[in-house]
Amino acid sequence: MSQVPAQLRYSTTHEWVAQLVPGRYRVGITDHAQELLGDVVFVELPQTGQAVQAEAACGVIESVKAASDLYSPLSGEVVASNAELTDNPQWLNEDPYDKGWIFEIQADEKDFAQLLDAAAYQNSIGE
Amino acid sequence: MPYIPHDSAETAAMLEAIGVARLEDLFDEIPQALQSDVSALPEGCGEARLRREMEERAAEQAPLRCFAGAGAYAHHIPAIVWEIARRGEFYSAYTPYQAEASQGTLQLLYEFQSFMTRLTGMEISNASLYDGASALAEACLMALRLRPAAREILIPEGLLPHWRRVLDALLPMQGIRLRSLPQDPQSGRLLLPGEDFPEAAALILPQINRFGVLEEVDALAHWAESHNLLRIAVVNPLALALLKAPGDWGEQGADIVVGEGQPLGVPLAAGGPYFGFLTCRRDYVRQLPGRLVAKTVDAAGQVAYCLTLQAREQHIRRAGATSNICTNQGLLVTAATIHLATLGANGLRAAAARAHQQAQRLRALLARLPGVELPHAGPVFNEFVLRLPRPAPSVRDGLLAHGFLAGVPLIELNPADDPHDLLVACTELSEDEDLDGYASALAGVLGEA
Repeated sequence: MSQVPAQLRYSTTHEWVAQLVPGRYRVGITDHAQELLGDVVFVELPQTGQAVQAEAACGVIESVKAASDLYSPLSGEVVASNAELTDNPQWLNEDPYDKGWIFEIQADEKDFAQLLDAAAYQNSIGE
Repeated sequence: MPYIPHDSAETAAMLEAIGVARLEDLFDEIPQALQSDVSALPEGCGEARLRREMEERAAEQAPLRCFAGAGAYAHHIPAIVWEIARRGEFYSAYTPYQAEASQGTLQLLYEFQSFMTRLTGMEISNASLYDGASALAEACLMALRLRPAAREILIPEGLLPHWRRVLDALLPMQGIRLRSLPQDPQSGRLLLPGEDFPEAAALILPQINRFGVLEEVDALAHWAESHNLLRIAVVNPLALALLKAPGDWGEQGADIVVGEGQPLGVPLAAGGPYFGFLTCRRDYVRQLPGRLVAKTVDAAGQVAYCLTLQAREQHIRRAGATSNICTNQGLLVTAATIHLATLGANGLRAAAARAHQQAQRLRALLARLPGVELPHAGPVFNEFVLRLPRPAPSVRDGLLAHGFLAGVPLIELNPADDPHDLLVACTELSEDEDLDGYASALAGVLGEA
């Protein structure tokens, strides 16, 4: 069983979203996603200032098994990214909900409200 | 076993199965003008008869002393190079699909990469590309991946025209603009641009340029650095035995280095196959196209070689791949690696120095002939332009009868060039008597007019 913290929201493409303040959100990949990927060796981060669309690719996560696109769960503007991941890509495996956060986005509260809650995400991954 | 795998009855059955009336209908999409008339071919003949005909034709062609270059050169290839490269263990064009099962092949590619990083002064080399020109196109695409906001590549007119045509074929379709930078006709060198290019990603720096002239690469690299442009070096690997490595150009060095590998143990053949190389800074490795071999240890702690960073490649990344180059020129790289190991650093330097020395001698000899001029004042390595009193193609043709392939007329590569200009190359195979013979034959041919 992978961890699915109750206070977060989720996308069907396995990103978690935390509300920092209304309109500003932090994004990472779920514990379930990192289990599927295997050992992460490289993260290509979205650029600060970049406009991103919900469900569109905005970065790359490379593991020993595969390179996968990172999708944005919300439409908006990237306002920060976790530069420390460049030297510590393994944080995505070790601590996906805290040290392994990937980027922060300025987005619409209404879109955030549409995301899956923990129970729905847990259900979607069959756990 | 027959060479043609199906007879007319089988062909008819297959055509019927797919509902096509005639074999020719399968080629409908090819414009008529491009379709060859197969009926014009002579009747077939047996192997013995064919061999005899080829031997008779070969005998008609007297051996020529080769002074033609323009990107591919007649170098000495020690006999050991192809003797070893042809061994069954090496004689395959591909990296094997179960790559790690073939440790010898991977070790060889790793050695090749090590050689190329040392020659070019860069940190990372891939396991080769198809040829020099397509390696340059890949370097341009790499530069644009590194600078996603940019749309332009700066290309000196000193780049070989047939390389430029490859870029014209591959890059504009991807929305990339190619901007030409003019050469100074007096020196034959690239003029330092006086303007800014805010949309450019990179400056291509051919060292040596297509007139055989050495560019002031430090000043040019420095200009590119100060304009925030990536530097893509285009080099002759043999010349690097004597010239400053691109990794040391300017303040920061080149970012990407490419070149044609043919001078390293690959015969001229009829223009190929050759191989391209591409080296770069370590920071750019995830934008590097092509296969990459790494050295590691296995579970028992023994040295082992593996393909690495394959997540860039199309068999894993699919449409998102760094490039669609998934192969290399394995056999030619095998020859090049054996060639480099055989010559060693001293042998490579000696070959380069001899080529340079003989080019200087020939250049001086020919410049003394009446009506013959040297249009460019800039320094040269092994190749130079000669301005003749008559159109270069006719002079070149006249020298064939004297046993000399005298060079490449520039107008045959670029119709805009001066028709009197002949590009002449020397290598370590150019003996003193060849230089004297060339000079007196040229004097004779020019005197006939």
